[in-house]
Amino acid sequence: MKRARLIAIMISAVLCLGLAGGHLIYVRAQGSSAMIGSPESAANSVSVLAGPHVVFRSSSLGAHYGQLSAVPLDDPAGARANLGLNCERTYATRTAGVCLFANRGVIQWYGIIMLDGQLRSTETAELVGLPSRVRISADSKLVATTTFVAGHSYAQAAFSTETIIRRDGKYLGNIESWKSAVNDRPLRSVDRNFWGVTFADDDDTFYATAASRGTTWLMRGSIKGKNMISLRTDAECPSLSPDQSKIAYKKRLDSKTPGVWRLAVLDLRTGQEALLAETRSVDDQVEWLDNSRLLYGLPRPGSEATTSDVWVVPADGSGQPVVFIPEASSPAVVR
Amino acid sequence: MYITLRSLPKPSDREDSTSVLQRRGVPAAVLAFGVVSLLTDVSSEAVAAVLPLYITAVLGMGPLAYGFIDGIYQGVSAAVRILGGVWSDSTKRPKWVAFVGYLASALSRVGLLLASGFASITAVVAVDRLGKGLRTGPRDSLIATASDPGDRGRNFGVHRAMDTAGALAGPLLAFAVLAAIPLGLGGYHAVFVFSLAFAVLGLIVLALVVPDLRTADGNATSSDQSTRRRIALRLSDLSQPALRRVLGVAGLLGLVTVGDGFIYLSLSDAGSLAAKYFPLLFVGTSAAYMALAIPLGRVADRLGRARVFLTGHIALLAVYVLTASGVGGGVWSVVMALLLMGSFYAATDGVLSALATQSVPEESRASGIAAAQTVVALARFACSVGFGLLWQLTGREAALWVMAAALIVGLAAAAVLLRPLLTSKSGRSA
Repeated sequence: MKRARLIAIMISAVLCLGLAGGHLIYVRAQGSSAMIGSPESAANSVSVLAGPHVVFRSSSLGAHYGQLSAVPLDDPAGARANLGLNCERTYATRTAGVCLFANRGVIQWYGIIMLDGQLRSTETAELVGLPSRVRISADSKLVATTTFVAGHSYAQAAFSTETIIRRDGKYLGNIESWKSAVNDRPLRSVDRNFWGVTFADDDDTFYATAASRGTTWLMRGSIKGKNMISLRTDAECPSLSPDQSKIAYKKRLDSKTPGVWRLAVLDLRTGQEALLAETRSVDDQVEWLDNSRLLYGLPRPGSEATTSDVWVVPADGSGQPVVFIPEASSPAVVR
Repeated sequence: MYITLRSLPKPSDREDSTSVLQRRGVPAAVLAFGVVSLLTDVSSEAVAAVLPLYITAVLGMGPLAYGFIDGIYQGVSAAVRILGGVWSDSTKRPKWVAFVGYLASALSRVGLLLASGFASITAVVAVDRLGKGLRTGPRDSLIATASDPGDRGRNFGVHRAMDTAGALAGPLLAFAVLAAIPLGLGGYHAVFVFSLAFAVLGLIVLALVVPDLRTADGNATSSDQSTRRRIALRLSDLSQPALRRVLGVAGLLGLVTVGDGFIYLSLSDAGSLAAKYFPLLFVGTSAAYMALAIPLGRVADRLGRARVFLTGHIALLAVYVLTASGVGGGVWSVVMALLLMGSFYAATDGVLSALATQSVPEESRASGIAAAQTVVALARFACSVGFGLLWQLTGREAALWVMAAALIVGLAAAAVLLRPLLTSKSGRSA
């Protein structure tokens, strides 16, 4: 009896681990065949980066999964240039780029790579926490990063964010330590978090999200003054349009379900808010394709969730969303 | 205190005659459950190591979504723990209640392979933690039942050491798999598949090898008591003085126990330790815990569990003082702190289950153990909130000194409360 049980366990151990190991070998083999047959490699990076282009993180399963890539603006679904860097989030302007990466290993660590206009790395620094958002100002001087940091909050291992602004590579501070006011009252509650910075062209004004006790606010801040004031509630991950007249963000509407957001655009002059035609939940900091259209990443449904596509939708609530760059995320438009 | 306690020293494992021959050996049931926990911890820690990256980097969720899932991960298991204990006691089938818990976690691995949206990931994480909460009480109760009362401390130590070995191996497995498959979905799914394989293996070992020990005497349960009477009896047992004392002490000391995440943060804040080495600090503490769990369990059996339980908190006090004062600085103080943290866990975790076991009648054993663990979890959560606030308001060193002072007061109060248990050598209140 005892012997029979022992044999049964041995057989199940061989079966379980054998199946798992077999799956591993199968996926590995599939991966390498994807590398060989990869349709993506083609474009020459120098010629792509010379003209107007979109920089993004590739999510096509294969050799270049998770790598920094670029496509010409006039042929976004066409051949892409691969830059070879592994990034979780990226952003770029005409003269600079940034790549937030995660080094997976027993010792996991995160870093930020500063890039030049040709997307070659110039400087690497360590980053505390999982990469979430990154933006560069239009003149390439300011860089803002948001990461998730574990262990900073009261409940051990509960989440908090760290949003840092750098000027010319120099650390200006964690904006959580800057003065902030909500409805003219100082926001000092210890559970406050900030994320998702977007820069204006004046090299001083920025917008970001503040959160405390389940409420989020759209904040406008000054880098020189190191302060922020609230503009309205329920607006996360703002993104300022190139002409500086509108801000796009995601909002939770009245939905009590966490993790469900709709995209909206606020006209800063009229104060009018328009909900966009995209009805699916979007959890991204959107990017302006031009002054009237928005780009954002959206994971595919079901078992394809690790592949996301970059979609485009009109910024005034009209039209329908369509795929702009397949198998991509974290887009940045460079003209 | 109760006749059931006196009548316990019987051959621990009725199905297995070998344990009668070697009385001081570790019962087969304890070793078997150790193997089950080892396999299950490989499974759950492999997933836990990659889950944050999977949720944020691969599925692309933002801060609030991640925070919510993290909250579920931390909260659910404490909430259902008592339920698992009560269920186990009222059915008197700890093995099969624990089986349901392990099954839930194994099924959640399947869910992980299918889920990708926010709601489905949240549900999958909740089911996993639900299973974790359900199984803990019945598992410890079965280990206690299988053990000679004089060996319980050591046997819990054996189980915790095996459990921690699995927790150390899990992340290593996960990162080896991710290194082998650098593709997005494929790599993570391969980790989940391995995790599922280990979870299923754990289930099979549990089903086939762990003996189905009934908590109370199997014959006595048959006809003379209705289920309702048994439940009424058990709830009154939960409020009896001996257990109340243990729960009170566990809660009191839990309120002044700062989570190790904060300790690591203090160490890195004080010294030259970069945040990326955090996982190594967890590994160091776990390794110390694993090495010391059996010897300290044995010491607890010899000198009394209450004494070792309190002494363990003196190790924690030493960690506070070491971290706050920054004595020595550098690598050696970090190594010392990790050793002390490991001995703190080794002297308190399994020992608390042994202490709870001897403070409740056999028929409400699982509920008693689960109650003690829940009290500790809730008290430590409250302490984390308080300590975080204190840190923000006053600073790291001041906050740690305050906690050290509070721990000294707590220890004095605990010593008074536990006096009946401290005076008798075995720690048994007769």
